[in-house]
Amino acid sequence: MTRFFTKDHEWIEVAGDSGTVGITDYAQGQLGDITFVELPELSRLVAPGESVAVVDSVKAASDVFSPVSGTISDANGALEGEPELVNSDAETGGWLFRVVLANPEELGGLMDKAAYDAYVAGL
Amino acid sequence: MNHTIDPEDTSDPIEPLVLPLDAWHRARGARMVEFAGYPMPVQFAGEGGGIIAEHVWTRQNAGLFDVSHMGQLTVSGAGAAEALEALLPGDISALKPGRVRYSLLLGEDGGILDDLMITNISQGDNPEYYLVVNGATKWDDIAHLCEHLPDEITLNHLDDRALLALQGPRAAEALEHVFPGVADQLHFMQATGFDWEGAAIGVARSGYTGEDGFEITLPASHAERLADALCALEAVRPAGLGARDSLRLEAGLPLYGHDLTDHTDPVSAGLGFAISKRRRADGGFPGAEQILKLLADGTAAVRVGLALDGRMAAREGAGVFAGDEQVGQVTSGGFSPSLQHPIALAYVDSALAALGTRLELDNRGRRLTATVVALPFVAHRYHRQSGANT
Repeated sequence: MTRFFTKDHEWIEVAGDSGTVGITDYAQGQLGDITFVELPELSRLVAPGESVAVVDSVKAASDVFSPVSGTISDANGALEGEPELVNSDAETGGWLFRVVLANPEELGGLMDKAAYDAYVAGL
Repeated sequence: MNHTIDPEDTSDPIEPLVLPLDAWHRARGARMVEFAGYPMPVQFAGEGGGIIAEHVWTRQNAGLFDVSHMGQLTVSGAGAAEALEALLPGDISALKPGRVRYSLLLGEDGGILDDLMITNISQGDNPEYYLVVNGATKWDDIAHLCEHLPDEITLNHLDDRALLALQGPRAAEALEHVFPGVADQLHFMQATGFDWEGAAIGVARSGYTGEDGFEITLPASHAERLADALCALEAVRPAGLGARDSLRLEAGLPLYGHDLTDHTDPVSAGLGFAISKRRRADGGFPGAEQILKLLADGTAAVRVGLALDGRMAAREGAGVFAGDEQVGQVTSGGFSPSLQHPIALAYVDSALAALGTRLELDNRGRRLTATVVALPFVAHRYHRQSGANT
């Protein structure tokens, strides 16, 4: 499994043709207390950079963009009752949705962990 | 007028200013954001930090808020009350020493230029009033007051003073540790002054959270000492602007620049209480003709509270709809930590403002549903004098 990152602070963990997507720990820290997550409908076709989910914090609502093109195959139902999982466990249990990749080559345009950490350090 | 402010110096400052507790906040891991021209703490780090934690702590214990960005002014001299009454609709002449009132700086058309707290701090025969105005509007307010107050009235900008708000059900207990005997002297909307370690302190029993609490003005030189003394107590934790906003929203209190603007009149805003009985009879405040007509005839729209279904919050700017017809707009909205659902303040057509009215909101393209509910959303718990209205 390999994990990639976007400049919009999403992560995608890829296994085969399936990617699991969430927001980074840095992003949740910036957003503050998360009160609601709007998850995408299953089977929805998405494109890179398309707003797929909304993370609502006490301060503001933020869009979550799909890092890749594909089809939504799953959403994290645990967040409906426990949106604060995105705060406490952003990069594991607080995942948002899964997407079946249409074009795995798109992953080449994303950052790896070291590149993302360097990117965040420069913000 | 005989002011001690250089009228050339009332424009917005270009350099970002720094508040007296800037380093104190940063040492506590505060996330700083620019507000009203100053870096301000939006939330603190560590145990008890975060907007919801600070909000809940303030509702249950006591939060300490630095609101030194707000404008602290004094207006003094013979005829000061009458001069202020030409600019705002309160019965300032009837305000006794040591009493605090909420009031409004009004434009000629009756629009709200700012909302403020005014305290009679007169000693002896010299009338003197202490005003706290919004940080983002203070430079405009000062210019307005400079222009309109008569020559014999003195306006002072107390820009060497800090302002701290200690809010919550344990605020009185905490204040007692630092200023023994002061809390017992004060009911809601009363104020007193005294000396503390060589510094002139003013304390008003007032605030912006709906809780019992105090607003404390003191020299900037003593701000860290007081903040340390209060936060050393088990009951008190620092709280940031984020919690201040969610607390005031639950308390149904409008925020200038959002729920109130110079296009908002006091009647639509639900602030008719700020237009005193005598002033309604006598007029003589800016926009009196328009405002008195609105009081008599009613307004096209009114500010209401909305309780939203679901968990997604509606934000400022969201349209309010009855079916396909837009009937209003949200001016503040967010998730209520106390109620565990989203709430909003909105202006809606008066015909659709009755409690229980079901409305829809268009929030970033998503339809949300809501019910008109009574304000405040969360009951005020002020320490009122029994039998008094304020």
